[in-house]
Amino acid sequence: MISFNHVTKSFGEKITAIDDVDFTVEEGKIVVLLGPSGCGKTTLLRMVNQLESITKGEIVINGENSKDLDPIELRRKIGYVIQSNGLFPNMTIEENVMLVPDLLGWNKKKKRERFEYLMKLIGLDPKDYGKRYPHELSGGQQQRIGVVRALAADPPVMLMDEPFGALDPIIRDKIQEEFLQIQREVKKTILFVSHDIDEAIKMADKIVLLRDGKIMQFDTPSEMLAHPKNEFVSQFFGKDRAIKSLSLHTVENLREVIGLGPVDESIQDTKTIHIHQDLRNTLSMLLNQEADQVIVKDEQDENIGTITIDLVQKYLHFEIKGKMSASQEG
Amino acid sequence: MKRKKLIGSIVRYALYAAVAAFFIWAISNSYFDYIFSQSETFLVLLRQHVVLVLVSSLLAILIAVPAGILITRPKFKKAEWIFSNIANLGQTIPSLAVLALMISVLGIGFRTAVFALFIYSILPIFRNTVAGIDSIDKNMIDAAKGMGMKPHQILFRIELPNSAYSILAGIRTAVVLNIGTAALAYVVGAGGLGVWIFTGINLFDNGFLISGAIPVTLLAILADYILRKVEYIVVPKGSRRIEKA
Repeated sequence: MISFNHVTKSFGEKITAIDDVDFTVEEGKIVVLLGPSGCGKTTLLRMVNQLESITKGEIVINGENSKDLDPIELRRKIGYVIQSNGLFPNMTIEENVMLVPDLLGWNKKKKRERFEYLMKLIGLDPKDYGKRYPHELSGGQQQRIGVVRALAADPPVMLMDEPFGALDPIIRDKIQEEFLQIQREVKKTILFVSHDIDEAIKMADKIVLLRDGKIMQFDTPSEMLAHPKNEFVSQFFGKDRAIKSLSLHTVENLREVIGLGPVDESIQDTKTIHIHQDLRNTLSMLLNQEADQVIVKDEQDENIGTITIDLVQKYLHFEIKGKMSASQEG
Repeated sequence: MKRKKLIGSIVRYALYAAVAAFFIWAISNSYFDYIFSQSETFLVLLRQHVVLVLVSSLLAILIAVPAGILITRPKFKKAEWIFSNIANLGQTIPSLAVLALMISVLGIGFRTAVFALFIYSILPIFRNTVAGIDSIDKNMIDAAKGMGMKPHQILFRIELPNSAYSILAGIRTAVVLNIGTAALAYVVGAGGLGVWIFTGINLFDNGFLISGAIPVTLLAILADYILRKVEYIVVPKGSRRIEKA
């Protein structure tokens, strides 16, 4: 758990980078710091592992005030991932990943086992990749290594500064999925910086929306989309926030609420979609293809129904717009 | 592409031919005879030359590398331009002038020559050390810090390995230059192969000139070759490719 208690950072009298920020990242949850560039999100993140100083207030990490901890000890207990992966070109992948365990003085056998476990987590062969150097890997692979390097010493807390920002959209999407999968297994307390709204909605249990160092709103993604607290929040998420919120709901949610259409065997050549896909992807699929329906498949790969634009619209109307407050436009 | 290659090989073979012609000419005029007829003197001069270069280069490395490391520490970062300018200034003074100046302070002999050569070697080593460390991606250092590496661990495990190529290139430049410049040590009476070169010039004796100059050249080529091998061993495999790119 990371608690920010009225944290302020100022440079001199005039400039306040972080202004009285107060929120908590619950155990095992992902909180995304979101906001336009220059809003202080990276500064706030770097204050946790004392790469930036705190002017006022305190940050409490798992019950301990960060000020009372030795910065070196503290950093070794916090996983840190940055955008440009920060891998060391002079070290092999194994040396890179095992750097913190090495600093902590783990023995060879323990390091070896941990390395193998971590590489399996991201689906790379430890034998094959261990001896390679960072430049021999693709950008996506390098970023995966950056992530498991932060997990190496099994820290309870992780800080991630736009970790997937430099990747192309297709790879980014894949690695985000992969990371959420890993998070379900390791359940770390994560503070995650992003400027990408879609990424924030996808990754976050809760979002902190920042502007000029102040918290504009701290809420779950669906709450934030449905009930923006002020003009800035609703503008930041844009007029299409109803559509954006579709990515928080899956085909399964829709089936539970309004049910799917029947499968018409006579229609050939329709595309299929998995039941756990989100509705935003489903909608874009429906809009992109000629036919007006997509067949839904369940885990056993069996056709269980069809979905149409009408159904999505209906769901959007009742489930999402219905919950959005009438007072807000859009 | 083919044309480029062709021109390249023509130039190369022309060069080889010129070198071969030179040696045939020199040997047929028995210009190398002094090396064999006065081999004892030759070995003394060679040893003096090598010692001059070794001592001055080692001193330069011992001063310039740590100075370069020190100046790239955050605390001293602001003073970098002062040191760079002092080192630059050292290089602009003609080598003969340094020798002449130093005679008045240190007198004539070995010490003066070593000092002058030392002054000349500092700049390339210092500048390459600073440039090598400065060129390391700041994000990498940030990641290292964020992972809980101590300053000395960052220096020895990240900064130095990744700037090794640049530092060694500076040392190589300095040593090769040094071997040539060491011929001037004769002027302050510190011996070395310069003795034969200057004797040759003064007496219009090609034999002395060539018996002195060719070993200096070969020494420089040999030093360059050895230091390249050292570079290959010392520079980590992973950062080698980046330097070439």
